Amino acid sequence: MNWFTKTFSSTIGRKIIMSITGLFLCSFLVVHLIGNLQLFKNDGGAAFNVYSHFMGTNPVIRTMEIVLLLGFLFHIYDAIVLTRRNKAARPVGYAENRPGENSPWSSRNMGLLGTVILVFLIIHLWNFFVPARFGGLEGVVVEDVEYDNLYLRVVQSFQIWWYVAIYVLAMVALAYHLIHGFQSAFQSLGLTHKKYTPFIQKFGYAFSVIVCLGFAIIPLYFFFFFEL
Amino acid sequence: MDLTLKVWRQKDKDAAGSMVTYPVKGISPDMSFLEMLDVLNEDILRRGEDPIAFDHDCREGICGMCSLFINGRAHGPERGTTTCQLHMRHFNDGDTITIEPWRAAAFPVHKDLVVDRSAFDRIQQAGGYVSVNTGGVPDANAIPIPKSIADKAFDAATCIQCGACVAACKNASAMLFVSAKVSQLAMLPQGKAERKTRAENMVAQMDIEGFGACTNIGSCAAECPVGISLENIAMLRREYISATATSENLA
Repeated sequence: MNWFTKTFSSTIGRKIIMSITGLFLCSFLVVHLIGNLQLFKNDGGAAFNVYSHFMGTNPVIRTMEIVLLLGFLFHIYDAIVLTRRNKAARPVGYAENRPGENSPWSSRNMGLLGTVILVFLIIHLWNFFVPARFGGLEGVVVEDVEYDNLYLRVVQSFQIWWYVAIYVLAMVALAYHLIHGFQSAFQSLGLTHKKYTPFIQKFGYAFSVIVCLGFAIIPLYFFFFFEL
Repeated sequence: MDLTLKVWRQKDKDAAGSMVTYPVKGISPDMSFLEMLDVLNEDILRRGEDPIAFDHDCREGICGMCSLFINGRAHGPERGTTTCQLHMRHFNDGDTITIEPWRAAAFPVHKDLVVDRSAFDRIQQAGGYVSVNTGGVPDANAIPIPKSIADKAFDAATCIQCGACVAACKNASAMLFVSAKVSQLAMLPQGKAERKTRAENMVAQMDIEGFGACTNIGSCAAECPVGISLENIAMLRREYISATATSENLA
């Protein structure tokens, strides 16, 4: 093995990839949430549909979409490799174990939380991304230009109670995933310092809660306060 | 105190083990946990059976020989103590206590509660030292070391290699141990000469031994009897990243 593959297949190297891709995916969440907030604009979805058209056609965004996909793939791939290694590192478990005495639940269940998020992601892409990209949406005219009416699909989806429930549950899982993941990424990269680490930890907690709350409010709003 | 003990018994490293229940009577609250096991072993010997094997040496909390996963915790329920310094007053009359060996693929069980921790020695041999090949003894004051650095290096150097970090970690990761050994030397001028190969080789050996990866859970530092902090793990990452990025080792 040359030094490069040796580094990134070591346990520390794989965690470097986990943390860099994880933080990159966090930045995606911010962009996604800001875009989604246009759903609240009281214009029958015009702004949101124009925005989603832009996101689906702009070459820079389309390139970043591939980078984003790679980010997900590397994050998931290394998670699987590390989890398998970690399971193999303790073939015989304890008859009695009280990890709750020394560590938070979310930090020990990142794989479970990640799996919940992945299942949600597949449902989410199937419902919104696939029809928006590959066709299947009704048309709508905004200022004499025809757009796909993704807004209508969003509003209709969020009238279904179990769909809203899936979204809210997934956002709870994401929040716990990020509460551990955000600050853990900095630790994995060795970016710790007496001056900055307390801030990173507080910021990470606030980031996780605010972003996930922001996403969860959207389906709740359309379910409880919006009539088609 | 009368107690019920559930102890892992395993004849040798190839045999299958199981939990065996032993009642113990008349335990003084002033006894240490190991003295309580000594009392049980005397009973077992009187019956002509094989006593429970467990590691111990100084019984003063400084040698790192004792281990034991007690009631689901490495070195028992008290923070910042080794099993030998854990006293029976922390338990109640009538308690049932579960006693298991450290569990890790890299720490195979030899017999009962004794595990083979030589994986740690091999990691140390991979780079956990400072080479001093020749010359006389240098004047101690000739090498300036800031007090805060000396303190941090000393804190890392208090690691007694007991393996509680591995035992407590959900992933059976040895990161806290390796980080203490790497950072202790990386901070001091004497250790800087070999810092790159040290970080590379010790991490490589850690992976070869089959320890898990660190997921920053923090149970290692919480259970460490000498209080090695997670800061060392971050320092190991910095050492490793800068070593792999700048060393001249291509393989």
